[in-house]
Amino acid sequence: MGTATRTDAVPVWRRRRARIYDREAPLGYLLLAPTLVVLGIFLLYPFLFGIWLSITDSELGKLGEFIGLGNYRFEWRNTDGVFYTAVVNTFLYTGVTTVFKLGLGLVMALLLNQVIPFRRFVRAALLLPYIIPTVLSYEAWRWMFDPTFSVVNWLLVHTHLAAYPGPNWLGVPANAMAALMIVNIWRGTPFYAISFLAGMQVIPVDLYEAARVDGATRWQQLTNITLPMLRPVLLVVLLLSTILTFADFQGPFVLTNGAPYNSTQLLSIWAYQWGIPGGAIGLGAAISLVLFPLLTIVVAGVLFLLRRPE
Amino acid sequence: MAVPTLKFAKPGTGRVIGDRFVGRAIRIYIPLLVLLIVTLFPFYWMAVTSFKSASELFDFSVSPLWVREPTLDWYKHLFTQTNFPHWAFNTAVVATVSTIISLFCSVLAGYSLARLRYRGADTIGWGIFVTYLVPPTLLFLPLTFVIRELHLFNNLWALILTYPTFLIPFCTWMLMGFFKGIPRELEEAALVDGATRIQAMVRIAIPLALPGILAAALFAFTLSWNEFLYALIFMNDSLVKTIPVGVTQELIHGDEFFWGELMAAALLGSVPVAVLYSFFVDYFVAGMTAGAVKG
Repeated sequence: MGTATRTDAVPVWRRRRARIYDREAPLGYLLLAPTLVVLGIFLLYPFLFGIWLSITDSELGKLGEFIGLGNYRFEWRNTDGVFYTAVVNTFLYTGVTTVFKLGLGLVMALLLNQVIPFRRFVRAALLLPYIIPTVLSYEAWRWMFDPTFSVVNWLLVHTHLAAYPGPNWLGVPANAMAALMIVNIWRGTPFYAISFLAGMQVIPVDLYEAARVDGATRWQQLTNITLPMLRPVLLVVLLLSTILTFADFQGPFVLTNGAPYNSTQLLSIWAYQWGIPGGAIGLGAAISLVLFPLLTIVVAGVLFLLRRPE
Repeated sequence: MAVPTLKFAKPGTGRVIGDRFVGRAIRIYIPLLVLLIVTLFPFYWMAVTSFKSASELFDFSVSPLWVREPTLDWYKHLFTQTNFPHWAFNTAVVATVSTIISLFCSVLAGYSLARLRYRGADTIGWGIFVTYLVPPTLLFLPLTFVIRELHLFNNLWALILTYPTFLIPFCTWMLMGFFKGIPRELEEAALVDGATRIQAMVRIAIPLALPGILAAALFAFTLSWNEFLYALIFMNDSLVKTIPVGVTQELIHGDEFFWGELMAAALLGSVPVAVLYSFFVDYFVAGMTAGAVKG
């Protein structure tokens, strides 16, 4: 009796809602089903299968025998230090480009957030490098860095910024690495800019008005309002960008493919070279799997740096 | 009567440095111009190269920045002597179909994770985000075996089925942001009026999330149009290649680069996505807002 009266006291619509929530689980899982099936077959299964491949001597199209940690041992000891070069380069490539992309992206976003003529056109134009197929724009850069007919060098020489014939961009180890980074920064900065711009547009205008009333300078407004308010965006952007840069394949593959003399070798490219043209899938899988713990460390680092201030 | 002294100046009075034209020029227009030039130069060079004749291509005695005698030879060559039309068709098919599949999956998943309450929803949501830690670079070698078992080598389905692995997580995460932004009350009102949950989703939540779905579609289409690694490995027959793979593999013979043709192909391969973006750049920004700010 007591329960009945209490139920009666609750409005009908509220009871009805409680019942609906009880029934949400089956529908929830049903809606997730297509996603989980696709990710299960083409992501989770290959990932686990890759771990198994890395401890076998599998070749292209032929499953091999279990050989324990042989691939990892080979990769560390028997490759004339290419493994170390690849690891160091991967970190250097990610670190240096991220710093520049972050800084330039912020500048670009601040500029795009201003009232300027042709705003839509400028916005679309500055986004272009991020949108255009990487491989295609990297081919253009490769042509710009051509050893004999480099337009970059032509410009440098004609503006007297470099002596004739200008640097050999892709033929000298240090230059090649710098070229890789320059083009990555060129391509990646718009992603940071567009994300920061999106973040800036939801910052309430009253904050700036209040700051101006209190006599804050533009610089103070930037450091005390804009940057703190961008923290959540910054976190997501840094995470996505560092992961993608760390595992970057297509750009470096087109521009240098590890040359000259393995000096621009990255883990992703090296894994491909052993696995597909080299046919040693097991070894390739072992190399690419090294990325996973390193990637986890990098992600943990980003999360730690941007942790919510206590 | 004492007039209160203002510590700040009204815009346009010139007391704050940089509100006059010279200030704005130094602060905004000049940096913007530099950024624009650096950003756009490679595309300009692409276009200029593609219209140059073979002899002009390697003639740096006069300024190489202009075309003296424009020619369409490279474009003609591209369409008659190479399989470029096939590559363009393949790229369009793969990008369209994998975008549709990814959107179907991620609209449902995004709605489920953002709106329905059930055990495990948070964990699965995190799980989908964590798949970012497993980029294609980690998956392509084991995937060759999966594709071989499914007999999909040199078949566009190999790409259509594998692209969603990196499209779905991104789209789901973005759409979750959009679905969370729609007031719950709208759907609850429909439920009280006797609509089923599915009707509420299809008739109310999805139409309201349409800008987000459009932004997600734009992202998915571009990412699959640009994809290179899977296409490089799964497509070996010239007729089934996509533009990025065809261009890098068949327009370069050993050490010989056909720059005219290469740049013509690069320009043509870039135009569709560039046009798409010039129309939808605002949706793109909106999409980033929903995902990045609320996600």
